[in-house]
Amino acid sequence: MTRRYDIAVIGCGIMGATAALRAAQNGMRVVVIERDAAGSGASGVNAGTLSLQIKRVSLMPYALRGHAWWRAAGDAVGFRETGSCTLAFDAREQALLEERMALKREAGAPIEFLTPRELHAREPAITDRVVAASWCAVDGHADSSRTGVYLRALLREAGVETREHAGATGIASIDGGDGGFRIDLPGGELRARRVLLACGAWTADVAARLGVTLPIRVRVNTVSVTEPGPRRLSAGVGHATGLLTLKQKSSGAWLIGGGWQGRGSPQEGRGEVVAETLLGNWRLARFAVPSLAHVRVIRCWTGFEAWVDDHLPLAGPLPGVPDAWVLACVRGGYTIGPCIGPLVADAMLGRAGDLPLFDPARVLASSAPATAHA
Amino acid sequence: MSARRDDQADCDLAILGAGPAGAAAAVEATALGLRTVVVDEAAAAGGQVHAIAPGVTPLPRDVDRAGDAMRAALARSGADCRTGRRVWHLERHGDIWRVHALAEPSEPGKGGVAETVTARALLIATGAVERHLPFPGWARPGVIGLAAATRLLKAQRLLPGREVLVAGAGPLLFLVAKTIVEAGGRVVAVIDARRRRDWFAALPAMATRPDLVARGLNWRRELLACRVPILHGHRLAAVAGDAPALHAEVVAIDRDGAAPSGGASVAFRCDAVCVGYGLLPATDATRLAGATHRFDESCGAWRVDVDDDQRTDRPRLYAAGDGAGIAGAAAAPWAGRVAACAAARDLGALDARAHGLRAAGAKRSRDRAARFGAAMARLANVGDGAHAGIAATTLVCQCERIDRAAIDAAVDAGCTTLNELRSATRCGMGPCGGRLCEDAIARLAALRTGRTQAGVGQPTGRPPLRPVDLDALAGEFDYASLPIGTPAPL
Ligand SMILES: Cc1cc2nc3c(=O)[nH]c(=O)nc-3n(C[C@H](O)[C@@H](O)[C@H](O)COP(=O)(O)OP(=O)(O)OC[C@H]3O[C@@H](n4cnc5c(N)ncnc54)[C@H](O)[C@@H]3O)c2cc1C
Ligand SMILES: Cc1cc2nc3c(=O)[nH]c(=O)nc-3n(C[C@H](O)[C@H](O)[C@H](O)COP(=O)(O)OP(=O)(O)OC[C@H]3O[C@@H](n4cnc5c(N)ncnc54)[C@H](O)[C@@H]3O)c2cc1C
Repeated sequence: MTRRYDIAVIGCGIMGATAALRAAQNGMRVVVIERDAAGSGASGVNAGTLSLQIKRVSLMPYALRGHAWWRAAGDAVGFRETGSCTLAFDAREQALLEERMALKREAGAPIEFLTPRELHAREPAITDRVVAASWCAVDGHADSSRTGVYLRALLREAGVETREHAGATGIASIDGGDGGFRIDLPGGELRARRVLLACGAWTADVAARLGVTLPIRVRVNTVSVTEPGPRRLSAGVGHATGLLTLKQKSSGAWLIGGGWQGRGSPQEGRGEVVAETLLGNWRLARFAVPSLAHVRVIRCWTGFEAWVDDHLPLAGPLPGVPDAWVLACVRGGYTIGPCIGPLVADAMLGRAGDLPLFDPARVLASSAPATAHA
Repeated sequence: MSARRDDQADCDLAILGAGPAGAAAAVEATALGLRTVVVDEAAAAGGQVHAIAPGVTPLPRDVDRAGDAMRAALARSGADCRTGRRVWHLERHGDIWRVHALAEPSEPGKGGVAETVTARALLIATGAVERHLPFPGWARPGVIGLAAATRLLKAQRLLPGREVLVAGAGPLLFLVAKTIVEAGGRVVAVIDARRRRDWFAALPAMATRPDLVARGLNWRRELLACRVPILHGHRLAAVAGDAPALHAEVVAIDRDGAAPSGGASVAFRCDAVCVGYGLLPATDATRLAGATHRFDESCGAWRVDVDDDQRTDRPRLYAAGDGAGIAGAAAAPWAGRVAACAAARDLGALDARAHGLRAAGAKRSRDRAARFGAAMARLANVGDGAHAGIAATTLVCQCERIDRAAIDAAVDAGCTTLNELRSATRCGMGPCGGRLCEDAIARLAALRTGRTQAGVGQPTGRPPLRPVDLDALAGEFDYASLPIGTPAPL
């Protein structure tokens, strides 16, 4: 017999999982469908930076709430509230830093400015080439690699059925009856009254099956990790442009990121690290913290991050397909996911949240999308 | 690193690894007119079987003469042989492969020099890694791998100890024991996980190389003549104490490698232990290059999928030697030649007929030797019973200090693949890149999940292939020259 659910969430990253948890709290019968393993996408391979300083101004309220969720998760995800600084090395970067951080502070992030001297008193390992710096005491990080295990445990506890290693190969609206959706899985099909597409960089592929063309683009971000070295840095380090995230984990290992681009596409399976961009990323890190010199890098990897032209989330109804919803393309989504996931889950039940969503219809061309039917 | 035009390459064929497979391929490829570059991290060509260290004079033994002959042929061939270069990344841009290497530092403490070779075709001949079976004490000083011991004995002319226990499975067991004896050490015992009848059962496949069978029997005879006890059907269970006063505990095992509870155990005192359970193809480079791999049940190992011409399923990517499936040192040069012929054919240096003629003889020799090598690899693949018996508190991943209990717990929490286990526990994620423990972790995961080892999968291939000094690659630079892109959206 075909199982029938109130809500099927497709994709078990931070977005899908936190939405599913809220839906279950709301009394819904929920299934989460994941092609690979929980947290195997961007949510499990990202740099784990939970920094308010690199959040967009318009997303700050969401970031603050998301950040609190990670803090509550604590040791289970390796959460550390280390504080972090953002650095400017020339006048142009200083102007950028001052303009941006002032706006982010207005938006609610507890950001302050430090003189180079104050900065060095806090973090002597940082280069003396700094001309200006900002500081946010609540910034920190989590171990993104532990996300999958953590989310799986939460979902289990909440009684949410989770089907891993079961990619949705087909999805279609059901005509007549109660409506809803039929979702094809490798081992059979299931039916659900509503669906939420939370497939990260693959969201456009699944939306296409419902006849909607979402203009989602994908970045291939690179992260590197070194072997453990002597402790030199306790805070996170960023760059005025937002193109560096650097931290030394409690193990002594350094984690280097910042959105430097690899190659590949989500459809080809995995991204590839490009040596040339990797070196740019390492050089910036090494410039910021000179003692990063003789440490050995042991692994570099890439992950896919979805985005649309205005760099704002797609969070709301899938245009033209009643009862289908989408949640993707959230910049800084690891931090913000635990806030916006539940908001979307509430909205799916007609409950207005205290923060607005981001209507996906805005990114579609004016022509109305066709709807696919079973 | 300067920007390159994608359609220009430094050479026709780049070969990663200058062991028997890579060296023979280089000789053949240059003979066929291909501009060839060979890159190897060792100080000299030769690979594992003919390893030499600078400043160490090898004793005049057959194998070393063969190594010298191999090096001489390579030097004469005109191939550009770049030793002392650790390859850390492989990329394909357009039709061109990029082989990123790091040259050894000019002086100790310095980082080394980055170097990139571009090539129209790439042959991966990176050889094997040793299979280990974790036991209490396997991380102790004085306990080393059998394969590592061959290197110590051959390249360094060093004995692992004066009183050595040699344990494990496969042909290296007897090679190491007899080499220690020859070099003046004492072997307190050879502990072979295989029973004598397992060796006899392998004879038909070994008959393709009677010379190698005779050599192996000779080793055994020499050991018995020196009164070295050989215990078949036994396994090293634990090593305690501090070197040089080590206590080794050895237990009898069944066909599947399991030690029946309450079974007899034998204790040995020794100052060193050499232990290993055969070889596994080193798949890190072929995984990184994006080739398809498959699990070989009989040898219990993953290997890159190659066709009869050593071609992988990636364009102009070839694999040969033990890295493409354990076939042994005798098969490796022939496989290398077959790969070189295929590359020459694919790059237009040989027509179909000439290729067919030239490759046919090499394929025959390769296949004959490979049957022997594969029989050895099967023999070394001791059953999962040994893994089932690993205690909860035994360290499985030495780098990250992960014990079996942690791995089982992660499986119970829902991890089903090697990739998930690595994320959840960090096992196999240390500096060794999983080379020491990957096989054991996969087997434990398979046991606990009830999946096959093939179902547990392989880890994603990622750079660097070897740990690389960040400063060596980042090098000297000007802040202003950094390609810092458009700032992130506000
Ligand atoms: C440690 C060890 C010792 C062995 N000893 C013996 C022995 O004594 N007798 C015997 O018959 N068989 C031995 N073997 C088995 C061995 O694999 C042989 O069958 C034979 O050497 C295989 O030849 P090959 O060309 O395939 O690989 P190899 O001889 O292993 O050559 C591979 C080469 O690739 C190089 N390489 C690998 N990765 C990189 C990288 N990222 N960057 C740069 N260079 C790289 C290595 O330095 C090596 O020189 C040994 C295996 C190992 C692992
Ligand atoms: C390398 C990198 C570094 C980053 N660093 C940071 C950072 O430091 N801080 C921060 O806040 N944000 C960071 N981000 C952004 C953040 O990781 C993402 O915004 C967030 O994880 C997205 O979550 P998601 O659930 O939308 O997507 P994902 O985590 O990618 O989840 C989507 C899931 O859907 C599954 N799926 C796809 N198709 C199907 C199908 N047909 N059927 C079933 N399942 C399917 C996938 O397997 C995947 O598990 C980074 C991103 C990357 C890539």
